[in-house]
Amino acid sequence: MSTVIKAADTVDTHGGHHAEHHAGWARWLYATNHKDIGTLYLWFAFAMFITGGVMALGIRAELFQPGLQFWQPEFFNQLTTLHGIIMVFGAIMPAFTGLANWMLPLMLGAPDMAFARMNNWSFWLLPPAAALLLISLFVPGGAAAGGWTLYPPLSAQAGMGMDLAIFSIHLLGLSSIMGSINIITTILNMRAPGMTLLKMPLFAWTSLVTAYLLIAVAPVLAGAVTMLLTDRHFGTHFFNAAGGGDPVLFQHIFWFFGHPEVYIMALPAFGIVSQIIPTFARKPLFGYVSMVYATCSIAILSFMVWGHHMFSVGMPATAQLFFMFLTMLIAVPTGVKVFNWIATMWQGSLTFETPMLFAIGFVCLFTVGGFSGLVLSIAPVDTQMHDTYYVVAHFHYVLVAGALFSLFAAVYYWLPKWTGFMYHEGRGKLHFWWSMVWFNVTFFPMHFLGLAGMPRRIPDYALQFTDFNTVASVGAFCFGLGQLLFFYNVIHTIRGGVGPAPASPWEGGNTLEWEVASPAPHHTWESPPDIETVRRGLIAQAVEEKA
Amino acid sequence: MNLSCRHHRNICMAIASVATMPVMAAGEFWTFTPPASQMALNIEGLHSYLMVVILAIFVLVFGFMFYAILRHRKSLGHVAKPFHENVTIEILWTLIPAIILLAMAWPAASVVLAQRDTRGAAMTIKATGFQWFWSYDYLDYGFGFKSKLATPRAQIDNHHGEGQAKGEHYLLEVDHEVVVPVGQKIRILTTANDVIHSWGVPAFGVKQDAIPGFIRDTWFTADKLGTFRGQCVELCGKDHAFMPIVVKVVSQTDFKQWVAEQQARAKAMQDDPNKTWTQPELLARGKQVYEANCAACHKADGTGGGPFPSMVGSKLVTGDKAGHVQMVLNGKNAMPAWASLSDVEIAAVISYERNSWGNQSGFVLPAEVRAARGASQ
Repeated sequence: MSTVIKAADTVDTHGGHHAEHHAGWARWLYATNHKDIGTLYLWFAFAMFITGGVMALGIRAELFQPGLQFWQPEFFNQLTTLHGIIMVFGAIMPAFTGLANWMLPLMLGAPDMAFARMNNWSFWLLPPAAALLLISLFVPGGAAAGGWTLYPPLSAQAGMGMDLAIFSIHLLGLSSIMGSINIITTILNMRAPGMTLLKMPLFAWTSLVTAYLLIAVAPVLAGAVTMLLTDRHFGTHFFNAAGGGDPVLFQHIFWFFGHPEVYIMALPAFGIVSQIIPTFARKPLFGYVSMVYATCSIAILSFMVWGHHMFSVGMPATAQLFFMFLTMLIAVPTGVKVFNWIATMWQGSLTFETPMLFAIGFVCLFTVGGFSGLVLSIAPVDTQMHDTYYVVAHFHYVLVAGALFSLFAAVYYWLPKWTGFMYHEGRGKLHFWWSMVWFNVTFFPMHFLGLAGMPRRIPDYALQFTDFNTVASVGAFCFGLGQLLFFYNVIHTIRGGVGPAPASPWEGGNTLEWEVASPAPHHTWESPPDIETVRRGLIAQAVEEKA
Repeated sequence: MNLSCRHHRNICMAIASVATMPVMAAGEFWTFTPPASQMALNIEGLHSYLMVVILAIFVLVFGFMFYAILRHRKSLGHVAKPFHENVTIEILWTLIPAIILLAMAWPAASVVLAQRDTRGAAMTIKATGFQWFWSYDYLDYGFGFKSKLATPRAQIDNHHGEGQAKGEHYLLEVDHEVVVPVGQKIRILTTANDVIHSWGVPAFGVKQDAIPGFIRDTWFTADKLGTFRGQCVELCGKDHAFMPIVVKVVSQTDFKQWVAEQQARAKAMQDDPNKTWTQPELLARGKQVYEANCAACHKADGTGGGPFPSMVGSKLVTGDKAGHVQMVLNGKNAMPAWASLSDVEIAAVISYERNSWGNQSGFVLPAEVRAARGASQ
């Protein structure tokens, strides 16, 4: 009896009312605490990042030289397919959900996420989904090999690896939808008193809009792959011309999901960078309200531009013009964002700790990716570039230098809050410069390959493409190697880093998460912050009450 | 040595190119293939124009940012001025980009309209994508042919040490080129037999997906003599990298002569429908058909692999003849329908499959295929 009381006492020292406080593996399996679940998401994302990264290196190894050296073309196609699916659904998206889990309650002054048990479920759907994908490598016929876009009829031809991929996508979609419901409910209902929607940190705004995007399009993807499944096994002909279907229908449905998906991976990055730049510029964000409007208009436009992924299927000229104009229009709100970040830095008092370096790297390289996107939006120019390495270069600039760099920035920014220790600044900067240089060595030459006409998703290429492929492969291996340093930096910090971190390690950081101790206690904001604290936390957003 | 020199030069040129994009020299490997049609020239012009605008914006915007990075740093004692929000500036940086975009959209729109206008073509060629080769039909002249990769596998395969030395047009050479007359508007119809492929030649600024069950069209007018190369650009399975497109542009007279040769050749190639085939003849013909159409998936030794079943002793091949004929005629799942082959070709290839690799399950005659076709219609 007394031991039970003792255990309850131990729980109380953590300041929690939750009777269940498990130790060891049970803490993670039964996790309902937003911080634990956030940590799970982030480690899962990292494991997938390494898995997808190793596949990328497999691709680059084969492309180091012309000719087939290491793989058979079938396996090469499996590598490109799984690399895409794993990086998008396994690494980038869970990493952002993990950050939202960890940081939103802290930043909004809420005690936890709205639905703690559903939160547990949405995470624990991910490992089985990843397992299905990885197991599919070993089934007869191998993994899905039709590209992450899974276009039929090619995907209808494939073996059971495709079915496993479809079920995996179902699970990932379920997980995303539940995660989104949680994020939306938390943001709309659990903000501290005094924090109106237009006073939330921008990261909360982008997470909110992203969650709505996901709820809108994850079911669309699930529908598309389910139609594929019934075409494959149950005699339907959605995508089979011989039965009255149309293979292009799949592309329309897929990209109706796929283009908002691009912003699902970009908007949270915008949010992170909009937190970090004001902190290290020691200045409020220049145009908070216009940033919110830009986020919303990007989200709305993202539903109307899917056709630009399909300029070569043979759309009527009017459809091409429609999609071309709307796609170009996205440059306007995106430009507003970039201008805002620069105006925030302008006349600031800048320092360049690792999070800031990654944020600036993000702004520069994401803009390069935005420009190549503008080039691709011009339908006739896209005729030359469609399905070439130019497209590969473009989306790696927005997804690696965009989403991934913002994730690195976020990890270095909030690591002191998570672990209670400071990371080693020198090695953080080394990680940044190493990644920056080798990223560009890897992906910049791909623009040239694409202009010269090298198709994507080929295991072997004509001789004039040799030099740039060699350069890109060397860059990729160096970039990949550098991520071991990232792993080392994180582990080193968890084990004590260069010393304990104060509650607010950054001079300019004044959102609410810096008001709680470092490391953040297991339970925070059990009673919401008072109006004065909330107001202090708004300075970075520049929406303090005007006197 | 040679490679590393070229390597070096390319990198230098790449760096130099950023500054001189609009006037870059043609013929290098880091930019567009030299245009051989007005359309490709228009596209390149459009791209150069975009690059000038983009570079100007880039320099201006990042000029501000790097000025701030260099001057407005805490280490120089710079104190933050916490200004924020300025409606005038925010309206300006919304409107000005919108105007710049209009200036980009206008010239692009006219190229889109021209590109989609396939009217008034001098001739029409149908390009059909197969796993993994192209087949062409000259609809106005009544002949057609298959066009397959000519690069030997020994050059491609380096799995066991360095393969055979690679030729100049490695992976961009075919056994049977498309030949078109110079200066004539050529309409290309695309379709596919199995999965989606994409037909394109960068030098002509043309690219069109080939979609099974549907016909799409595009066009080009080549204004230079010569040989121009492209590749399938839509992932279509394992040999996606190995189905190039080669177009030879010749003078009007040479084209006429070539057409006459092709028509004569097509006639000679036709199997005489009244011929009585002996078993060895049928097997020899069947081997040709098999190697041309079936071996890509089922392998030359019939063992298949992946989703493609082995035919050695398989139920279908050793079983009822009718089922085998139906499979070849109509296809199933990954197996495309081969009804476009002639009765003789189908009979020959089925006979070959049923009497090779240890299989001994009888012959199929052209008449039986004809009957099966009739029954299924």
